[in-house]
Amino acid sequence: MTWLGDNWRTVLDLAVSHLYLAGVPLVIGLVLALPLGWAAKRWAGAYPAIITGTGLLYTIPSLALFVMMPLLLGTKILDPVNVLVAMTIYTVALLVRTVADGLRAVPDHVEQAATAMGYRGLRRLFGVELPLAVPVIAAGLRVAAVSNVSIVSVASVVGVSQLGDLLVDGYNRVIWGELLTGILACVLLALLLDLVIQAGTRALTPWVRAQGGRP
Amino acid sequence: MIPSLISWLTDPASWSGEDGIPARLLEHLGYTLLTVVLASLVAIPLGLWVGHTGRARWLVSLTNSVRAVPTLGLLFAVSLLLGPRISGELAFLVPSIVVLVILAVPPILAGTYAGIEAVSPAVRDAARGVGMTGWQVVRSVEIPNGMPLLLSGIRSAVLQVVATATIAALVGLGGLGRYLIDGIALGDYPRAAGGALLVAVLAVVLDGVLALVQRRVVSPGLTAGTRPGRGGGRGSGGGRGGLDGAGQDVSAAGKDSSDQMVEGERFAGETRAPI
Repeated sequence: MTWLGDNWRTVLDLAVSHLYLAGVPLVIGLVLALPLGWAAKRWAGAYPAIITGTGLLYTIPSLALFVMMPLLLGTKILDPVNVLVAMTIYTVALLVRTVADGLRAVPDHVEQAATAMGYRGLRRLFGVELPLAVPVIAAGLRVAAVSNVSIVSVASVVGVSQLGDLLVDGYNRVIWGELLTGILACVLLALLLDLVIQAGTRALTPWVRAQGGRP
Repeated sequence: MIPSLISWLTDPASWSGEDGIPARLLEHLGYTLLTVVLASLVAIPLGLWVGHTGRARWLVSLTNSVRAVPTLGLLFAVSLLLGPRISGELAFLVPSIVVLVILAVPPILAGTYAGIEAVSPAVRDAARGVGMTGWQVVRSVEIPNGMPLLLSGIRSAVLQVVATATIAALVGLGGLGRYLIDGIALGDYPRAAGGALLVAVLAVVLDGVLALVQRRVVSPGLTAGTRPGRGGGRGSGGGRGGLDGAGQDVSAAGKDSSDQMVEGERFAGETRAPI
């Protein structure tokens, strides 16, 4: 604990970078996954291709993806952009299936009722289908958030600074206080993101509470 | 950068000796096999027990919460704890294998449990009704029905281990991760990128092979389209096909089995801890 007392400013700075490296890809990934997931739902033939393709991306180990990024992007090896893009790829890979399944779970009769009431095309998607898919999408987003926070710590190996630095330095210099602080800070950050997403989901789905918890 | 990567990959020196690609690849596969077997020995019986008796479900959620702990931190902490207590070469090997097993248990446990849990009570009752004992129900009904999800769990575990073993090169483990870690440490980018490429290809190939195994091993009673939830046994799909509307039945059956595979794959994605 004395270690944390002496170094809390550094920890805070690293936590902010960590939140940035894990959070920004979460938002960009969600924005990219929405049209892809919608396409997978809209054209049944595209579903297996899109789902398999994104699933394949998710099988690539994080350290390998970080190291390969400069080859694909032409960036420098120590550039944080590598980590941001890699994390966005993972987020998209996780969320496309969730978005597609969430949209597919909207009952046909609801879609037909919406159409009958004059909801069409994009207006139906944003006014009826997406709101109803929010609980499913949010569940995927929570998995992605926790996953991102853990994966980002590996970026210290490729020289991108965040809470993972505490783990590497704590290990190299055998400072238990630093190592444990790093682990705890990562867990707390994951928890924080999880709570934010849950709060957002509650705010976006008032009808769930009105029905006493039934979706 | 790409030409230097290709020249590293095609250099005969990269392919020979203790630090050659074949040796490192075998090491990596060896760690993966050892870890997944050890983790299965713990997780499958435990998952069967939790799923069959319905007791101690908290075990599954507890092991799943390991997910939030950063893999890198776990690796470092266990190495610092165990490393000094072990002498010689094993000082590098044992801590890494311990962590890999810790990370491989949750997906296999969750997969086994979810597979057993998903067997419909009607099917279980029917098995009891024809006089099967508890052990016979597990062996002949619950395991075959739970197989798709169980295998998904193993698939997730394998990917998890392949990825984490790469990072474990930081604490002295061999395998393909050596190229990445040593390449970065020495500023030898072609070596690091070559290692990354090999690890990525290994992960994708292993996942593909396991997906094929999954399709092969799953009981024909399930792939013929009678899901456990429908209360049908093996071969009843064919029986129903003889009734009117056979064509319709077949298409419905096809959808069922693909749904089940999709369910299994989705499960694999969700139980996989971050790497």
